[in-house]
Amino acid sequence: MVDTTMNDKIFNVSMSPHIRDNESISKIMWTVIIALTPAALFGAFNFGYRVLMVLLIGMGSAVLFEYLTQKIRKKAITIRDGSACLTGLLLAMCLPPTIPFYMPAVGSFIAIVIAKHAMGGLGFNIFNPAHIGRAALMISWPVAMTTWSKMTTGVDVVSTATPLNILKQQGYQKLIETFGSAPDMYQALFLGTRNGSIGETSTVLLLLGGCFLIYKKYINWQVPVVMVGTVGILTWVFGPAGLFTGDPLFHMMAGGLIIGAFFMATDMVTIPITIKGQVIFALGAGILTVLIRLKGGYPEGVCYSILLMNSITPLIDRFVQPVRFGLRGEAK
Amino acid sequence: MKNLWDIFKKGVIVENPIFVLALSLCPALAVTASAITALTMGLSVMFVITANNVVVSLTRKLVNPKVRVPVYITSIATIVTLVQLLLQAFAPELYKALGIYLALIVVFAIILARAEVFASKNSVIPSFFDGLGMGTGFTLALLLIGCIRELLGAGSIFGIPVIGDWYDPALIMILPAGGFILIGYLVGGFKMLTEYMEKVEAKKGDA
Repeated sequence: MVDTTMNDKIFNVSMSPHIRDNESISKIMWTVIIALTPAALFGAFNFGYRVLMVLLIGMGSAVLFEYLTQKIRKKAITIRDGSACLTGLLLAMCLPPTIPFYMPAVGSFIAIVIAKHAMGGLGFNIFNPAHIGRAALMISWPVAMTTWSKMTTGVDVVSTATPLNILKQQGYQKLIETFGSAPDMYQALFLGTRNGSIGETSTVLLLLGGCFLIYKKYINWQVPVVMVGTVGILTWVFGPAGLFTGDPLFHMMAGGLIIGAFFMATDMVTIPITIKGQVIFALGAGILTVLIRLKGGYPEGVCYSILLMNSITPLIDRFVQPVRFGLRGEAK
Repeated sequence: MKNLWDIFKKGVIVENPIFVLALSLCPALAVTASAITALTMGLSVMFVITANNVVVSLTRKLVNPKVRVPVYITSIATIVTLVQLLLQAFAPELYKALGIYLALIVVFAIILARAEVFASKNSVIPSFFDGLGMGTGFTLALLLIGCIRELLGAGSIFGIPVIGDWYDPALIMILPAGGFILIGYLVGGFKMLTEYMEKVEAKKGDA
């Protein structure tokens, strides 16, 4: 018999991770919420104060459902960590401003109860919960989900369709006319004085929030850069009047691409672990977004493309698995 | 008689084809967008499974075990054709609504499973009750799924509006996605129910 009592103290054998730092789930989640706040508040400024109610219902109901589900599952109540609050906020930011008040709550129910807790809770969900909530609402109430409001800002835009809708139905020429001129259009898209979902409009504020998260090292810069870059390059190459005639600037700033690339495609749970895998993920999401926008039936495809890539995340993870130290390439 | 009742009961609850055995989930998804199609499909399957169980049980000593599966399939196909022709003649609307799934009853796992597991090893009367019980369990399960999906997805049950105009139906429930989600939660709920019943039984045994 070997006496192991001494060794236990010297060699503390435990489960990974072995290297820890000061970050916690709640710190990361609340930081992301802070990073999203300017864009969300701009939504209220852009579409009127009704939007604040939608955002509050989204967050409040998400927290409530999180509390109830954890109570039923007899798990520790973790509503203070902000993950449910963040899911509710992201979901509400992807909804149109005119949405009936009960729909954000239904979306939160689907996001928290079905997409998150039925899969095992935080860290085990396969799909981005906020996007599942949005997709379910989109299927359930297609009319309410595609009815857009008049804006309180943006004097030169009278139409109640989103830029991508105009592009899909009336073409690029009409799109430019709606905004007056091309520079006006870029300015509106950059500042966010255009129609669309509550939190997706202001490119500049979302970029600020995203850069803040990159600076804090909560997200990798590769994911948003590759995803937005892929969309830009592909829409430029496959333009409406033949090769290399597209408008990449418009496509990069329109729709939910910026919020999707910075805040959805970088969700720690549902994307691959390694940088290489994340780049493949972002590339695939960008390609699918362009496919849906240019060839598909929907005007916007960021939500579905990220969900589709979520579903093959385990495959990507297996494909880019790093070789263990000491093993040669073949001996995997 | 007690024994026969047990055989019947087993199919409805303890070995419910959909919620416990998880056999024939395809029709449980495909034809349960409304209560009426779900009920028709359930009753058709109940008839086929009972009749087939009787046939298989009657012929179980005549058939060489090596060719038993083709014999089962032939018997099932004959009965299904009968049901198809009857529905086509007397309920053409429902026949159209069920479409390909009516013909597909031939390959439903639950029917073949009962023939293989039960009818080929038991005499005619228990086999009859086994088919009846399994069919009833199947019908009730489909009816439950159909009612919930129609209620949430269209605001009606059996085509009669039961929720007022204020309700804006959630289309997802009558689409396959809603069916998958609902069946998942029903299976979970059924599991909880049977576990609770077992606990009660165990307590009874102790006392």
